[in-house]
Amino acid sequence: MISLVSIELYKIFKKWRSYIGFLAISVLVPIIQIALLIEGEKYLEFLTQNLQQTFVFVGNLLNGYLIAFIVLGSFWVHIPFLVTLVTGDLLAGEATSGTYRMLITRPVSRLKLVTAKFIAGLIYTHSLVLWLSIVSLVLGIILFGTGELIVIGEKIVIFSKDDIIWRFLLAYGYAALSMSVVASLGFLLSSLVENAIGPIISTMAIIIVFTVLSALNFDFFIELRPYLFTNYMPLWRSFFDDPIDYSEVLKSGFILLGHVISFFGLTIYLFNKKDILS
Amino acid sequence: MEKIIEISNLTKTYKNLTAVNNLSLNVFKGDVFGFLGPNGAGKSTTIRMLLTLIKPTNGEIKIFDKNLNTNRNEILKKIGAIVEKPDFYGYLTAFKNLEILGKISGCDVSKNKIMGILDLVGLKSRFNSKVKTFSHGMKQRLGIAQALLHDPELIILDEPTTGLDPQGMKEIRDLITLLSKEKNKTIFLSSHILYEVELVANRMVIINKGATKVEGYVNDLLNAANLKVTVGFNPNEFIKSIINESLWQKNIDSITDSKIIFNLTSDQIPDLNKYLVQHDIEVNSIVPMRSLEEYFLDITEKSAS
Repeated sequence: MISLVSIELYKIFKKWRSYIGFLAISVLVPIIQIALLIEGEKYLEFLTQNLQQTFVFVGNLLNGYLIAFIVLGSFWVHIPFLVTLVTGDLLAGEATSGTYRMLITRPVSRLKLVTAKFIAGLIYTHSLVLWLSIVSLVLGIILFGTGELIVIGEKIVIFSKDDIIWRFLLAYGYAALSMSVVASLGFLLSSLVENAIGPIISTMAIIIVFTVLSALNFDFFIELRPYLFTNYMPLWRSFFDDPIDYSEVLKSGFILLGHVISFFGLTIYLFNKKDILS
Repeated sequence: MEKIIEISNLTKTYKNLTAVNNLSLNVFKGDVFGFLGPNGAGKSTTIRMLLTLIKPTNGEIKIFDKNLNTNRNEILKKIGAIVEKPDFYGYLTAFKNLEILGKISGCDVSKNKIMGILDLVGLKSRFNSKVKTFSHGMKQRLGIAQALLHDPELIILDEPTTGLDPQGMKEIRDLITLLSKEKNKTIFLSSHILYEVELVANRMVIINKGATKVEGYVNDLLNAANLKVTVGFNPNEFIKSIINESLWQKNIDSITDSKIIFNLTSDQIPDLNKYLVQHDIEVNSIVPMRSLEEYFLDITEKSAS
């Protein structure tokens, strides 16, 4: 299995499209960082305008942590597209290039082949999230230094310097799990068709529709929310609550994990039954 | 004789279409087995079922005396195949493609082994070129290389010379002969170039509309049916009149000024020759024209009608 996974990873990283995600992050995150370096004070002033009459803000609030928090909040809706560019191609790409025939006539079960591809897809997805964390957090700290993190939501929470890193690590971990759902959905759709464009567009369409439905505040849609996986994806923010509602985070995490397992299980079932006609 | 492939009552249906209909055939050890049929006859579907790319609706496939359904991996270890046109990862080199496929098969992927195979198919000098730069013929040869990589006992070739120039076709035929005669491989060869099967196969089956029309030794099948025998002579009305009055008259297919074409079995040719000599008829040539192509067309046209 290790050999199969390494072959799949080799194939992924030999395709230029696999670097689009890394390139996009490498370009966009520094652009945001540079913009904040230039106009960050204005942004912070805008963010805290309602509070400045009541509180006095001191210290380096525009620091690497705040930048990383803003970047993670802005990017989690865009990363799925970068993920599906690769995972949507994992199976459909073999059909398009005609290499399914060559692969499936080898003395390896379809289950092993699909599992190896899936694991490689997850590794790619997690690498992308890891890269996002490196570029946004590490580069952010280098450019802006460290300080307290101010999070303004329903409550205003200010985290001290030594209470932040572990929250980011858990948030990135949760984001990776969310992106794994996207990856496994793209992978499932990739097993159904013979052209990679279909799974990429379909996955994004599903995510957009689910996200819109999750955001609608009508009774019907509110009742629908628990059944939409996109409802659980933004919960990385929970790690920046005080206190953290661990039961809610765990429940959401298990629901997302359930989706990953279900999508993968369905892929295996369908792929084992599939006639290879490409 | 040891059976290598045993197909019994194989059927594949897609909704309203029956692609393979109750097909049965046997391939024996050492055979170069020609698998013939017109386009849409069910050849590729059968090959895909032999290689587990698609699942049969009914019937059984045994390879190396084992059920394919329950012994898939064990059987595929001993099969090398090209299914239709060979496609590869164009962004990888020929060497890397073979290395990857070899690793998946769990076979020796040492540099020497891969270079040896590439040498056999004439691609050694292009080992480091990306496959997307290869011509169709080169891809076809690389396809054969990947089929031979794990030293299989059975080689399944689905129209391996499609798109090749005459030189390329001859090279593939020579390679098939080499693999059969010198390496003792069993070869299952599907081709629509019937002349090619005639040249390399010892046994064959003709299928049409997914069903077997005829199966047997190529020579037997060709000799069993009538040949068109062209007898060439100097223009002479006397000769025509002799033959027209003889028992051979009923075998005449057509007559021109300089030749008569007879429909004969191969056994009748010496008798005709003897008759012509006995009647002092000077003959320039006796040319039996019998190709698998004609035979193939006979069979498939009959089944179509």
